[in-house]
Amino acid sequence: MSLDKQVYLDYAATSPVKKEVLDAMLPYLTEKFGNPSSLHSWGQESRQAVDDSRRLIAKFLNVKEKEIIFTSGGTESDNMAIRGIIIGLGARLKKEAAPMHIITSQIEHHAVLRTCQYLEKNGLAEVTYLKPNLDGIIDQNKVKEAIKENTALVSIMYVNNEIGAVQPIREIGKMIESENRKRTIRETRIYFHTDAVQATEYQEMNVEYLHVDLLSFSGHKIGAPKGVGVLYKKENLPFQKMIFGGEQEMNLRAGTENVAGIAAIAKAIEILQENKAEKVEAVNKMRNYFIEKIEKEISDIELNGSRELRSPNNINFYFKYIEGESILLNLDLVGIAASSGSACTSQSLEPSHVLVSVYDNPERAHGSIRFTIGEKTTNEEIDYSVEKIKEIVEKLRAMSPLVPEK
Amino acid sequence: MSDISKLYSEKVMDHFQHPHNMGKVEDCSGKGRVGNPVCGDLMELQIKVEKSPSADGGKEIITDAKFQTFGCGAAIATSSMLTDLIIGKTIEEAKKVSNQAIIEALGGLPPVKRHCSVLAEEALEKAINDYLEVKKKGRIKI
Repeated sequence: MSLDKQVYLDYAATSPVKKEVLDAMLPYLTEKFGNPSSLHSWGQESRQAVDDSRRLIAKFLNVKEKEIIFTSGGTESDNMAIRGIIIGLGARLKKEAAPMHIITSQIEHHAVLRTCQYLEKNGLAEVTYLKPNLDGIIDQNKVKEAIKENTALVSIMYVNNEIGAVQPIREIGKMIESENRKRTIRETRIYFHTDAVQATEYQEMNVEYLHVDLLSFSGHKIGAPKGVGVLYKKENLPFQKMIFGGEQEMNLRAGTENVAGIAAIAKAIEILQENKAEKVEAVNKMRNYFIEKIEKEISDIELNGSRELRSPNNINFYFKYIEGESILLNLDLVGIAASSGSACTSQSLEPSHVLVSVYDNPERAHGSIRFTIGEKTTNEEIDYSVEKIKEIVEKLRAMSPLVPEK
Repeated sequence: MSDISKLYSEKVMDHFQHPHNMGKVEDCSGKGRVGNPVCGDLMELQIKVEKSPSADGGKEIITDAKFQTFGCGAAIATSSMLTDLIIGKTIEEAKKVSNQAIIEALGGLPPVKRHCSVLAEEALEKAINDYLEVKKKGRIKI
């Protein structure tokens, strides 16, 4: 940390643990270390913490306590939701049933995409991957058109992690409910899952409002530590658990509870609800300031994602004629953390599947940078960042063979 | 902190931050453009070849080389290093500059970035062939 200035603009990747959250979780790592399954007072103290956390999160989502399953994070929640429903339904429908159909989108997180691909490869499901529109939004009518007789699950993310596009979850949820009402007894109903990992802090999370059956979110994106997440699963769904062992989490997810992590995620949820509207508005304003400043200062750029249906923390630009990794490296050298859709920053050398899907242009993916801000981001940090971004873009364009000759 | 830069050797970071011989050669004798922006790498190398006035019969020497690159840190650093390695060499000597030589001169490259050095070698080969082709057609005087 030799640089005088450090600006973290990668909050969608992960966030620091908040002080109050750390204070709330620490006792469960040290003096209150009991196993919640133990009968003695150490155990009961931990049990109490898990129960209290579950109550708080159930209230946050406006659901029943027994519908909250603590997991190891967003990825596990997504895996569990999709596999749990498809395999659970398969067991109920017996073997003669045709493989079930899943509708998802091309811009989901890999936790959803790879799970769908796994089910597809093993003949357990057929999958439709919907293409978003040019703003990165999944049209609810496209979801409706994709529904078939054997459609059993729709999984659409709430907020896209790369371009911040906010999906019409409530509209899709209501449409699925009305489709379900039309279904005959022979068919199963369609279940609706949303990956809300990037939505938790800024969007409406009331499940009744959203009309979803399953919802995933993660701790480390909201000021709790890595290694804890939540899956909301409506009661009485056909469901097969994935992790076998003890009877923790309503017998749906075995393994001694991560008590400190659970206490932490509950505390983080409690904090984010305090003055939520004001905080969302403030971050939103900061985001607009950032976008306007970049658009004013730098030429030959394009905003990725929707201007209106956009997460308050997300800024993502395509900088023409230059490549993302070299931008990130230069940003890192001046103390700024961001992320890129460029293939060169990934081990797989594949450019961002999200940007490729939305824009059909790998070059755009290579030249795009995501900045994600947080509550603590200041105007001054944004001013510094835009100044540096401008210098870097100019430096790299001077080197690029793609800049058109004037 | 500079965590990303730890991916690369000091030499790579140095060439990335302060690239040598960037731009275009005036009246270039040959050029090679390789890669594709769709793949995330595009390199253009331009060389100037002149006959040495010395007593050894006048060898063809690369007197100048410049590059323009769209690509990652490794792509920029390999382009820069390539120009350093070939300036002052005869065409015959330059032909022997391999991607491995570029990697070694840079103090190593991460395995996923080795293709950048291959790209640099290809750019060199193409620029030399371009020069030889043009020379054969007699369009330039050496």
